[in-house]
Amino acid sequence: MKPAPFRYHRARDVHGTTRLLAELGEDAKVIAGGQSLVAMMNFRLARPAHLVDIAPLRELDRLGTGPGGALRIGALTTHHTVETAPDAVLGAGFAVLRRAMGWIGHLPIRTRGTVGGSLAHADATAEWCLLAVTLGAELVATGPDGERRIPAGEFFLGPYTSVLGPAELLTEVVFPRPAPHAALTEFAERKGDFAIVSAVVDLDIEAGGVRGGRVGLGGVAPVPVRVPEAEAVLAAGGSFAACAAAAAAAADPPGDANGSAAYRRALVRSLVERACTEAAAGTAAGNATRKAVSR
Amino acid sequence: MTTPPPSADAAPGAAPPTGCELQLMVLDVNGEQHEVITEPRRTLVDVLRHDLRLTGTHVGCEHGICGACTVLLDGRPVRSCLMFAAQAEGAALRTVESLAPDGAPTEGPEEGPEAGAQAPPAPGDRLSDLQQAFRAHHALQCGFCTPGFLMLAEGFLAERPDPDEAEIREVVAANLCRCTGYQPLVAAIAQCAAARRAARENRSAQRKEL
Ligand SMILES: Cc1cc2nc3c(=O)[nH]c(=O)nc-3n(C[C@H](O)[C@H](O)[C@H](O)COP(=O)(O)OP(=O)(O)OC[C@H]3O[C@@H](n4cnc5c(N)ncnc54)[C@H](O)[C@@H]3O)c2cc1C
Ligand code: FES
Ligand code: FES
Repeated sequence: MKPAPFRYHRARDVHGTTRLLAELGEDAKVIAGGQSLVAMMNFRLARPAHLVDIAPLRELDRLGTGPGGALRIGALTTHHTVETAPDAVLGAGFAVLRRAMGWIGHLPIRTRGTVGGSLAHADATAEWCLLAVTLGAELVATGPDGERRIPAGEFFLGPYTSVLGPAELLTEVVFPRPAPHAALTEFAERKGDFAIVSAVVDLDIEAGGVRGGRVGLGGVAPVPVRVPEAEAVLAAGGSFAACAAAAAAAADPPGDANGSAAYRRALVRSLVERACTEAAAGTAAGNATRKAVSR
Repeated sequence: MTTPPPSADAAPGAAPPTGCELQLMVLDVNGEQHEVITEPRRTLVDVLRHDLRLTGTHVGCEHGICGACTVLLDGRPVRSCLMFAAQAEGAALRTVESLAPDGAPTEGPEEGPEAGAQAPPAPGDRLSDLQQAFRAHHALQCGFCTPGFLMLAEGFLAERPDPDEAEIREVVAANLCRCTGYQPLVAAIAQCAAARRAARENRSAQRKEL
């Protein structure tokens, strides 16, 4: 199908854009990489009357470490930029992000799709949303009334819904500290599809031993979630298998055409254990494991 | 009937578009500048095919899944169905037509006095090295997916000239082919990469000799 008519606006600067969005009201939409929005418009699932193209805001296309080892990623940074960023830019402690990119769609999607677009789109199993929640990222948004910083854990409200207002622009995501022992893994029916279930584990390793860590899941709730029950097992020195079992017991996933609740729970168990192992090894071969999951 | 290209300071709060509002766009396709007057809702693939008559780029699913519409935008493979043409202003676009600029189909030997003097070009002579590799490995049957795979591979090899087989397999998974199976595609791309590598090594060896 073809999209419904709209008026095309090209953004000049962040503040002008938020003012324009405020004036245009609910009928306006921002377009970044267009990898979710254009597909929806082609199917007329979205029919904004005004489209504001933020691609000219080049200052939002940046990637680099800041004070305290934090990683700052501008909203217009593409998945492909992260995937190909050298350690000097990404920081060795954030290699988990680079490895995770291989799970997002395909190369021609990653060359256009942006980090900010993924977060704003708020798909329940999007890799960036799960990484942001599990690694405790902070999202920076600018609206007509100025800037606010939102912890990722409070950003997502439900599938495709976030706390962003219609006139607010996501400008940046900040990952506060390196996660050298972290891994993302997931299962999807076909290469490049959105995951049915995805898992991120970020381990605290001191003196060669696991002292605790964070466990996050996508595909088990309307938004990506941390699993305190599984994290408690890690903090108490439990095995990865016990941690995975605790995550599966705690999860209350929905059942739908992509998989029953019991199937998703089984996935949680396998994926959490695998993510733990890969996180501990620190060199998870990301995509290589994808094949092993398929049966 | 042409409306000026809207911008962020175009009258805000203006009524939503009703009929067909037109916009002037300048697109750089295969090294040539094209002026197109069309609706902002026109996707890049539709402008390429319908307005510029560059029908080598195909269109299948219109939601980013099949890859038939893959073109290069500033050297990188992108889905031209998931972009509005207006978003491509200022970027360098390449379509499958650019791979062998002289590769227009020949209709038998050329006419004229000299026609018989030279052997007519063998079919395939005017194809690019990548296209020839596809041909040699039977990496196409119906050809519907071929322009997309060619541009995907061209963009991929530009960034990763020395891919291993696993990387090639990973990248061809981006596009769909319902005919050939993927093995010939993998073989063709690997062979093209190897030939380009050999040519590079040859050139640098020659430079050293000079
Ligand atoms: C075939 C295919 C497979 C895919 N597979 C995956 C996958 O496995 N995992 C995954 O995570 N994603 C996947 N995607 C989606 C892809 O990651 C998109 O890049 C992403 O969802 C949206 O980013 P975008 O820049 O393209 O945003 P757009 O499509 O331009 O916008 C998406 C939404 O976010 C809003 N928005 C964008 N930027 C901002 C901003 N800075 N501030 C406020 N609002 C903003 C828009 O208004 C719109 O509502 C896939 C897409 C395709 C076509
Ligand atoms: S037509 Fe663009 S991906 Fe199918
Ligand atoms: S050759 Fe027919 S779809 Fe690929």
